[in-house]
Amino acid sequence: MAQSVDGKTRIDSRPDAPNGAGGPKMIETLEQPRSAGIANSNLVVASLEGVNMNYGSVRALRGVDFRVNAGEVVALLGPNGAGKTTAVKLLLGLLQPNSGRARVFGGDPTNPENRMRTGAMLQVGRVPETLRVREHIDLFSTYYEKPMALGEVLAAAGLEKLSDRKFGDLSGGQRQRVLFALAICGDPDLVFLDEPTVGLDVEARRMLWDEIRRMVDRGKTVLLTTHYLQEADALADRVAVINKGEIIAQGTPAEIKAKTAGKRIRCITSLNLNALRQIPGVTEVKEDREAVEIHAIEAEPIVRELLARDAGLSGLEVSSAGLEEAFLELTRDTTNEANQSN
Amino acid sequence: MTTTTAPLALSRPQIQRSPRHTAIIYLKEAKYEFLKNLRLRMYTMSVLSFPIMFYVLFGLLLNGHQAIAGTSVPAYMIATYGTFGVMGASLFGTAGGLASDRGLGWLQVKRASPMPPFAYFTAKVVTSMIFSAIIVLALFALGYAFGGVRMPLGQFALLVGTLVAGSLPFSAMGLALGYFTGPNSAPATINLIYLPMSFCSGLWVPFMFLPKIVQQIAVVMPPYHLAQLALGIVGAGRHEPNAAHWEMLAAFTMICLGVARIGFQRDKGKLYG
Repeated sequence: MAQSVDGKTRIDSRPDAPNGAGGPKMIETLEQPRSAGIANSNLVVASLEGVNMNYGSVRALRGVDFRVNAGEVVALLGPNGAGKTTAVKLLLGLLQPNSGRARVFGGDPTNPENRMRTGAMLQVGRVPETLRVREHIDLFSTYYEKPMALGEVLAAAGLEKLSDRKFGDLSGGQRQRVLFALAICGDPDLVFLDEPTVGLDVEARRMLWDEIRRMVDRGKTVLLTTHYLQEADALADRVAVINKGEIIAQGTPAEIKAKTAGKRIRCITSLNLNALRQIPGVTEVKEDREAVEIHAIEAEPIVRELLARDAGLSGLEVSSAGLEEAFLELTRDTTNEANQSN
Repeated sequence: MTTTTAPLALSRPQIQRSPRHTAIIYLKEAKYEFLKNLRLRMYTMSVLSFPIMFYVLFGLLLNGHQAIAGTSVPAYMIATYGTFGVMGASLFGTAGGLASDRGLGWLQVKRASPMPPFAYFTAKVVTSMIFSAIIVLALFALGYAFGGVRMPLGQFALLVGTLVAGSLPFSAMGLALGYFTGPNSAPATINLIYLPMSFCSGLWVPFMFLPKIVQQIAVVMPPYHLAQLALGIVGAGRHEPNAAHWEMLAAFTMICLGVARIGFQRDKGKLYG
């Protein structure tokens, strides 16, 4: 019976790709992972259904179908300007889509009952600086029916020693942790984290990851956006890769990797690029300074062929295409690389 | 157990806050709004110190023994600098914070939470009224101690009450301004309106000493009407009917709230930052 349910809920996750402009694009929805909380995986906690969102002439989201199941950590992965924040704001009811709909707990995101069950960490330009950390938390806790105790929130966000500090006296990373504390202080079932670890040092980032994992252990659901590939890989049960307003792949981190599975072969060779492209099994060839980079499903036959054809071949390196590689592959036509700043 | 109506199964029964819980939210929102502004030197410096400084200088030190229209200058200027102070506290208390909260994303964080939206605006208005009361009481205490200002308790209460109630039209104006100015331009825009309006309404120079043309402008200025109400209480009004002043202030408040509402609606579905 679980399967029939599964089949049913999966229908809306298949975008009928509006292949408007870009020719044959990689638009594909991977099968849902069975690993992630089988008991819960059918409960859709948050979803975007055929959402289009424009700001004036800018198309921020195009035909986005996306959902988050209960108990999952889902990462929305993409470069800056891809539409991640817009997706989160739609799910928070801060924006209304031009078409399609956003649902949270099966209802409208602006529903006060739903807001009672969600927490959000957004990117904020300025937070009132003269209030102390514990005062900010105290105020936000008041909004909720059953908030966590102040001490618990401080501990979870690593703010115990900073509770009397004024917000304006905190470092960038400490400020991020306060915003995280405000997102979780109401003990919500669903937490949205928009770029939660931007500006955090390695230690603080690890701490936040641990905290997110603990929340999931307690049955919470988390949607986070990130342009850190490592973060999506480390935390997420499921990754949705978004670029230029379109979800271009969904799946477990392993599945995303599998989509661009294969090896990367780097070497210095006298063979020309066209000749290399003719070798069976080669998927891509490009020049990389004095060397060439060859992508292939399997490395060994290619390497054998290369050595046979070019005795003078040197500098041979073989590596696997990791998630980082997958990410670049998936979002290759972005003009500028994701930069760290906002 | 797991069925296609699963999303519904996750929904709890509707949450209805108790009146007590709602009251606590409104109280805390106002408390922290007040603390926030109290600790903001930019706010307290400009909002509290200017009217007090002007009052001490022009109301006590320079003209302390003179009288205008049969009212001693120290009493007269509690009304005018009181109006000036109330206006400043209210405009900066609402517009400044709102413009920056809106423009720099903080308001979105609050809107994404289960905060009752009305609590946010109420806190700003209440905080403005408290600062208004502090200013008026400070002016009165100075006038009482150094300017020989004496009046019956009822008259005193009426004066303070009128001025503090006068915070409402300017808070409404501040909300409207806060919705139509950016975080950086808000303070300058407020000053651009606040200072000329104060002058034209006879808050710095008593009305009868204003040039004729300015006197004609004054009658359409909201602070003029609040000042006249306060001056009437200390016996120095221009003897226009009080109802007319209240009506003007009420109409002005409604217009500003209407404009603020347009801004509120416009903000919905718009992305900042």
